[in-house]
Amino acid sequence: MNYDDLLKDQPLPPKVKEEIKKKLAEINADEALARKIVERCVQTYFRNLMEPGEAAGIVAAQSIGEPGTQMTMRTFHYAGVAEIDVTLGLPRLIEILDVRKHPSTPMMTIRLLPEYAKSREKAREVANRIEATYVLDIADVTTDIRHLRIIINPDPKALERKGLTLNEVKKKLEKKLKMEVTEEDGKLIIQIPPDVDKPYKTLMDTFDKLKKEVIAGIKEIRRVIIRKEGDEYVLYTEGSNLKKVMKVKGVDFTRTLTNNIYEIYEVLGIEAARNAVIREAVATLEEQGLEVDIRHIMLVADVMTADGELKQIGRHGVAGEKQSILARAAFEMTVNNLLEAAVKGEVDELKGITENIIVGQPIKLGTGDVELVMKLGGRR
Amino acid sequence: MIPKRIAGIKFEVLSPQEIRRMSVAKIITPETYDDDGFPIDGGLMDLRLGVIDPGLRCKTCGGKAGECPGHFGHIELAAPVIHVGYAKLIAKLLNATCRECGRLLLKEKVRDKFIEEIENRKRLGQDYEEIIKEVYRRAKAVKKCPHCGADQIEVKFEKPTFYYEGEHRLTPKDIRERLEKIPDEDLPALGLNPKAVRPEWFVLTVLPVPPVTVRPSIILETGQRSEDDLTHKLVDIIRINQRFLENKEAGAPQLILEDLWELLQYHVTTYLDNEVSGIPPARHRSGRPLKTLAQRLKGKEGRFRGSLSGKRVNFSARTVISPDPCLSINEVGVPKVIAEELTVPLYVTERNIDEAREYILRTEHPKANYVIRPDGRRIRVMDTNREELAEKIEPGWIVERQLKDGDIVLFNRQPSLHRMSIMAHYVRVLPYKTFRLNPAVCPPYNADFDGDEMNLHVPQSLEAQAEAKILMAVQEHILSPRFGGPIIGGIHDHISGLYLLTRGERRFTREEVMSIIRPLNVKELPPPKYAEDGKEYWTGKQIFSLILPDITLEFKAEICQGCDECKKEECPYDAYVIIKNGELIKGTIDEKAVGAFKGIIIDEIVRKYGTEKAKEFIDQMTHLAIRAIMFTGFTIGIDDEDIPQEAIEQIKEVIAEAERRVEELIKAYREGNLEPMPGRSLEETLEMMIMRELGKARDQAGKIAGKFLGMDNAAVIMAVSGARGSMLNLTQMAACIGQQSVRGERIKRGYTYTNRTLPHFKPGDLSAKARGFVESSYKRGLNPIEFFFHAMGGREGLVDTAVRTSQSGYLQRRLINALQDLKVEYDGTVKEQTSGTLVQFRYGEDGVDPMKSFRGKSVDIERIVKEVFAEERR
Repeated sequence: MNYDDLLKDQPLPPKVKEEIKKKLAEINADEALARKIVERCVQTYFRNLMEPGEAAGIVAAQSIGEPGTQMTMRTFHYAGVAEIDVTLGLPRLIEILDVRKHPSTPMMTIRLLPEYAKSREKAREVANRIEATYVLDIADVTTDIRHLRIIINPDPKALERKGLTLNEVKKKLEKKLKMEVTEEDGKLIIQIPPDVDKPYKTLMDTFDKLKKEVIAGIKEIRRVIIRKEGDEYVLYTEGSNLKKVMKVKGVDFTRTLTNNIYEIYEVLGIEAARNAVIREAVATLEEQGLEVDIRHIMLVADVMTADGELKQIGRHGVAGEKQSILARAAFEMTVNNLLEAAVKGEVDELKGITENIIVGQPIKLGTGDVELVMKLGGRR
Repeated sequence: MIPKRIAGIKFEVLSPQEIRRMSVAKIITPETYDDDGFPIDGGLMDLRLGVIDPGLRCKTCGGKAGECPGHFGHIELAAPVIHVGYAKLIAKLLNATCRECGRLLLKEKVRDKFIEEIENRKRLGQDYEEIIKEVYRRAKAVKKCPHCGADQIEVKFEKPTFYYEGEHRLTPKDIRERLEKIPDEDLPALGLNPKAVRPEWFVLTVLPVPPVTVRPSIILETGQRSEDDLTHKLVDIIRINQRFLENKEAGAPQLILEDLWELLQYHVTTYLDNEVSGIPPARHRSGRPLKTLAQRLKGKEGRFRGSLSGKRVNFSARTVISPDPCLSINEVGVPKVIAEELTVPLYVTERNIDEAREYILRTEHPKANYVIRPDGRRIRVMDTNREELAEKIEPGWIVERQLKDGDIVLFNRQPSLHRMSIMAHYVRVLPYKTFRLNPAVCPPYNADFDGDEMNLHVPQSLEAQAEAKILMAVQEHILSPRFGGPIIGGIHDHISGLYLLTRGERRFTREEVMSIIRPLNVKELPPPKYAEDGKEYWTGKQIFSLILPDITLEFKAEICQGCDECKKEECPYDAYVIIKNGELIKGTIDEKAVGAFKGIIIDEIVRKYGTEKAKEFIDQMTHLAIRAIMFTGFTIGIDDEDIPQEAIEQIKEVIAEAERRVEELIKAYREGNLEPMPGRSLEETLEMMIMRELGKARDQAGKIAGKFLGMDNAAVIMAVSGARGSMLNLTQMAACIGQQSVRGERIKRGYTYTNRTLPHFKPGDLSAKARGFVESSYKRGLNPIEFFFHAMGGREGLVDTAVRTSQSGYLQRRLINALQDLKVEYDGTVKEQTSGTLVQFRYGEDGVDPMKSFRGKSVDIERIVKEVFAEERR
């Protein structure tokens, strides 16, 4: 039986409709029964709706804030991937709501295109393109002060593991250091021209620079770990750079994640950022075994992203940009807010909660938002 | 009557004219009182500024102390001084405007473009701060005035109030002159509103003097007057001001005048803000820094957070709480002494005048404490005037009668982290001196009885009482809006009691059943399940069924062992609960069924029969559970953790084995035979493997101990039923405490340079014992070394808790501040009230209230289907 027609015009959310359909099919309901169930569902749905005037924000804030006291402070824990440390618990939640540009433990989950996801070698190949490789990872570097040169003695095994050839390394180095690199029986030599001003200093500077130079991969990504998940290989990284990783060949960027929300905001835009906030906050709370309804978290994420900009919860964001002077003054930086408001000749229109509490008026929320007028002399 | 509402509050900068206009007195002398203790005219306590001494009358309005709100005065400053709050802005203005003609250092066209953009953004409600910043940046870079062609010299600003043009120091007078030249047309581009402010007002020439009511002096027991900090500061200002004037008139050298000027600046600065960086704060004679204007407003105890957003209230009480299982969950036991002090207003009408009269005439507990006349006068009811007052009252009077049984009150425990921290209870006046509450409401308040205190408030208006009854009553908060599940339910003894009652097929004789169900509202007993030798027996499950409403449920209990394959009704542990039409057929009742946070049965009852029924169930359930646990008796003692010698041997063996393995690992590591885990160093790998090995050992020890403790052990019963404690706690008491950790690692701090934790070990010792593994049990006791390690781990826990509370408290405050103005509108959208920003088109994407949702699901389809099926079958 087709239940779609029955559900089509019902004012239910799509997800509920899907669920009802599944359930109806499962019990193989006939039309009368199906109609009855759907009707009951609609009734229940209407009964379960939020009431107008409800202080949704305060409930959300309390629902997220209250379990905060039960969270751990322990910054590091091993989540999912035992090899990578991730910030968890209260510090992570604070980090998310603060919209830190540089979270303390950036991490990416990179999924690969089908042709790379199936074999470890292929996955390794992509990993090599992503993981930052320094000269020291693939070679011994020594300085020869007498001849004013740096000798790079590559480790063939490491080279192979990283999928690099000596020639590639040479070219990369030449480009990065803007110096000539010569090859001598399997070693790379950087000769400092003896006619420069301070040859010894140049030698040491070059040496330091060389050590910092990334010859393959992406600078921010310090480590890549390959793990098999189901029937595909997945890369986990320490460090994050979404923009660059998305461009790497073999990466399925539609299924690639980072825990750096600000990066998502910059690369993928505000809607993606909203989803990232929700995902990260839910994951943090869930990991701590705390049950919080997703609607609360969605509301927080929506407030943070409502005007197209990712704003933090706090003095430099949502709470600090309140229209009301009194509300801002009551939050933080009382004196500054008042002085500034005076210069701008601002007017507090007393629309919010704090302002009305301060001047001693009923607030426009819940029962304060409605008025009852009694009709006198009506019914006896 | 529709009450008046304030439409708005405008903020502006006071102009000198405005200050003089609102002033009622020019203050000229630093003296406050004369020898008789009478305020001096023209002094800081001038009677025109208002009065604080009772008996005196204000010379401006004629009001007495308490009636007169106070009036401002003013001080004419002998020389202009900078307002510290605007010092930085002044510097910016000086650099953005011409030093000759005072105009903004941008071409008119450019300026107008900026102004237009600012107006635009303002209209759209966007942030325009950046544009103003850009104006300042561009104007500062200009070297030559585009209007008069004068060369510009950069003004260097030095905190807090000094300005230098090259080497030359600018006096406040120079600055004021320059600021005066800035035309009004340029102000919007500089972020100033010409309607609200003129830049030269940032340099003060007149200082307003706040009314005495703002800075009341207190009289000490010695009869001495102690002045407010603000008065002290004002005295300083006037004194220097006078000195400056005298010196100027006497033609004192410029140097002395400058010194005095600077001193005046210092006093005015600290008068406005005594925490300015760069200058020492002004101090009281005792050495305490003065609390001046800015300090009064700022911070938690400041005017905004301490006196305006939150206030002290009347009609409230606070005392220690203690449990009383005989109360309903929506009741609170109020000590009689408190009930006699708190009052509820009774608005006298024609219909209740007799009742009111009776309260006035009563001499015992629910009597009237005060009556309020229609003109607002409050009269205490005493033996002397009782009869007279009872005669006098008529409609329009208010009788304040004492709190009595059945009144509604708000009950609160701090920290008030969620709305369940303040709930409405019905009063039960009881003897003794503590508030009494049903232990089942402890979870939402997060209360226990180790000395916790709680607050009680009596709502005064009828609206408030109605709201409290309808919206705030305890039963309305059984479901938490956080996750859509019950937050009120059985705890501790309730759970172990029901567990003992319903576990297996315990039989009770008629007498026993009667004694257990005595407190319940049960009229009839079902037929006994067993009858032997002519005796009737009822099972515990039958007894529990007596309080169940007609519900049908199936779920796994807390004691579920998580077998690979669930045998459902055949469960060997009796952990599969089946309730059919209000009868418990199979399974044990434990935390999962009736506990706070989990209680599936409670959840079901609220949804099916509503909050009232759920409240009744919880009441009955707690009564039954307490009776049941009293019937068997339930206690634990130190010998409950005794395990036989055999078990001790086994545990020792397990731990010795683990330590051997750790040694092996260390050996492998020393010899370089340890294979590192991917992406980990050798040391990290070793640590992880050792931790795992020792963790396993502890778990094994726990298993052995658990086996020997058996299911009849009271502590085990509490742990498995979820009443209190966990198997881990028992393991630690009976078998082995396990690894102590600091920062999630084995303990490694201590003597870094020999790399050992204590001098009892060899340098570099990595063995289990040397790194904080405690193999003793709490019962057996720890050796000194173990004790030390344990204290290290314990201390970390304490610090952690302390840091966490402050951090999460601040997070909560920020969240509340950011989200408080969100409201669900009639069309289902969520809007920010102050700015009108649309935040969500539909609350939570489906508009469903999380509290009413079924653990997040908007519609509980399973239940509906079940219900419909049940109806069909009938």
